[in-house]
Amino acid sequence: MTSAEIAITTSVALVALVTFYLGRRSATQHNVAQDFDIARRTVRSRRNAAAISGEYLCAASFVGIVGAVLADGADAMWYPIGFTAGYLALMIFVAAPLRRSGAYTLPDFVEARLGSRSLRGLASAVTVLIALLYLVPQLQGADLVVRTLLPVPGWAGPVAVTAVVLLTVIGGGMRATTVAQAFQYWLKLFAIVAPTLVMFAVFVGSGAGNGAVSLSSAGPPAFTEPTTVTVEESVTLRVSTETKFLADGVVDGEPAQSEMTLDAGVGMRVSAGTTLRFEKGTYVPVVVGSPADNAGWLMPGDGDGWDLAGTYSLIIALLLGTMGLPHILVRFYTNPDGKAARRTTLHVLLLVGLFYLFPTLLGALSRLYVPELLVTGKTDAAVLLLPTAVLPGLPGQVLAAVIVAGVFSAFLAATSGLVFSVAGVVSTGLLPERVRDFRLAAALLALVALGLSLLPRSPDLAHSIGVAFALAASTFCPVLVLGIWWRGLTAKGAAAGMVAGGGTVLVALALDIISSHTGDWAPTLVQRPALISVPAAFLLAVVISSATRGDVPATVNGVMLRMHAPDRLGFVRDSEIPRYGRAEEKVRLGQGRHRR
Amino acid sequence: MRPSSVERVPGMPAHLKGGDIDAPTKPKRQRVVLGGGAQGPIAPSLRARVELAEQTSWGEMLIRDLISALLRWGLVLAVAAVLVLGLLPLVFWLVPGFASFSVAGVPIAWLILGLAPFPLLFGIGVAYDRLAERHERDFVDMIEN
Repeated sequence: MTSAEIAITTSVALVALVTFYLGRRSATQHNVAQDFDIARRTVRSRRNAAAISGEYLCAASFVGIVGAVLADGADAMWYPIGFTAGYLALMIFVAAPLRRSGAYTLPDFVEARLGSRSLRGLASAVTVLIALLYLVPQLQGADLVVRTLLPVPGWAGPVAVTAVVLLTVIGGGMRATTVAQAFQYWLKLFAIVAPTLVMFAVFVGSGAGNGAVSLSSAGPPAFTEPTTVTVEESVTLRVSTETKFLADGVVDGEPAQSEMTLDAGVGMRVSAGTTLRFEKGTYVPVVVGSPADNAGWLMPGDGDGWDLAGTYSLIIALLLGTMGLPHILVRFYTNPDGKAARRTTLHVLLLVGLFYLFPTLLGALSRLYVPELLVTGKTDAAVLLLPTAVLPGLPGQVLAAVIVAGVFSAFLAATSGLVFSVAGVVSTGLLPERVRDFRLAAALLALVALGLSLLPRSPDLAHSIGVAFALAASTFCPVLVLGIWWRGLTAKGAAAGMVAGGGTVLVALALDIISSHTGDWAPTLVQRPALISVPAAFLLAVVISSATRGDVPATVNGVMLRMHAPDRLGFVRDSEIPRYGRAEEKVRLGQGRHRR
Repeated sequence: MRPSSVERVPGMPAHLKGGDIDAPTKPKRQRVVLGGGAQGPIAPSLRARVELAEQTSWGEMLIRDLISALLRWGLVLAVAAVLVLGLLPLVFWLVPGFASFSVAGVPIAWLILGLAPFPLLFGIGVAYDRLAERHERDFVDMIEN
């Protein structure tokens, strides 16, 4: 093992150990069944906000955004904006009423508000789908880290993450994950801020980048030193100014073993296994689909009208998808009341926004220091390779180890949060003996996700996460927003909205996967379907609800009162712990028990 | 005198609500609480609470007003955020020259997209938090007085 590998292995092991220790410690302190579940709703607002942020900042935030900014430039900056803005939407339209409704998960909310068992089943199924779409990219991110940095096979990464998560979740419960997640947030913040500042200082100190072509010059990016790139998956390359390189392998379907010239604007198909050797200062060819020169990279809105629609589609998915993420919603139940839920969300907005100032900077630095990733299209590795490219030797290795600690923590936090919350959804529907059942559900979920993550799929993490957000935005967002603010929503309307929105996203996802194996013919809106699916879901939910007006549940007034009456009036009744949010505890408001 | 005016409460929800099976059993408890208290000043507040809890037409109207006030403010702030941020892609697309304008070597688009949204979103969040809490406080004050 080299010193870099030792540093990285150590930092990963430390993160896993601390996470496990924090989980273990609180698990032994709180082993009553009630504590196991919801930490008795006494988790403090600030720590809860850190825990939510810790769970939320996932592979897409740490690895995906940097890769997306490296490849797409200004247009990728909508990811951090959307990820943050999602909490504003959540805070304004969902946080306080959802907390007061006493629902623990979305299926609970749906059943309490609309009083339909079958709709509960549908909501549970959608929750599991969202969780899987969200889990798989996390585990694939772990695969990427291991394959990029360590001399072991890629599958070791997902397996390790799954193992740590299962140990923590099954052994600890919510209290454990709250402490662990809050820790993960601060760890991630440190792991991105410190290396970014150091690397930025080095960049400024070295006279703007080692003689690299400055980012503000219009031409394509250039190699700062002689570079050899091996293409692992076949790619089509393009360049905006003629470039030369030595190729060894198969180019445009023919064997090549000589110097090649790639003319401006011509696509060149480079087959898997081909090695390309570039001299210092030559221009970097870029995988088709990303801006080929810095001018296009620097400027937002450089594409055609479809790209513009794609940008809006992404914004809608991220803005409205956050409120439908199962692991985020569960956290709101740990707030003491609606007002605290709103305050917590405000804190999250601050913490998450603070974090998202940095990935953009890393993405921009990557374009200067690791342009070779543009040739293979594996831009998600940027954040991992950047430290050693900026600072050769030990300092770079230390920075890389710090970043890897943050990255690994991102996988862990998001994965454990999802497994925990969705295992609850799976298990509440089944047997009454919750704890054992819960463990079984957690193990099943994690193993299915692990199995799916080992299948080959698109390497673009930010994009994969975007699909999970699109599904959440097209199913749960309409149900939540309409259910909280509109008395007219009926179970049939909600079901129609969820099926239409979710179905659209799933069909688009299937088309996208087929297209990625058969020549990338899918248009932008297939890759980013939210612009169509979200309005369709809202429209259908409203139209069908209006058509079935007679089905509005009789309990609607009571539920509305409970969700919106200020906390001090004491209408919130927390459900019994093991059977929270079920029909039995529905609005027993009239009994005259008021809390001051 | 005052306790007796409170005792009228049970009758109202029963005929206004109609369909609710639980309704007839609830009011009896209220009477017990009142008998114990026998204090004049709490009566109006309790009455309002009961009307709320029973969702009489007046109680329902109260909560409807609160909901629509909160929703109105929420929409105003959300629309403000969507207008400020949501029009940016269109502006960049329609006016490419605007994006290439640069401040201290950094294109203005990067400053606008990379820095500005986060304080803006947080500021709007703070504004909504204040508004919502003020409305809820006013509502509680109204119920309790």
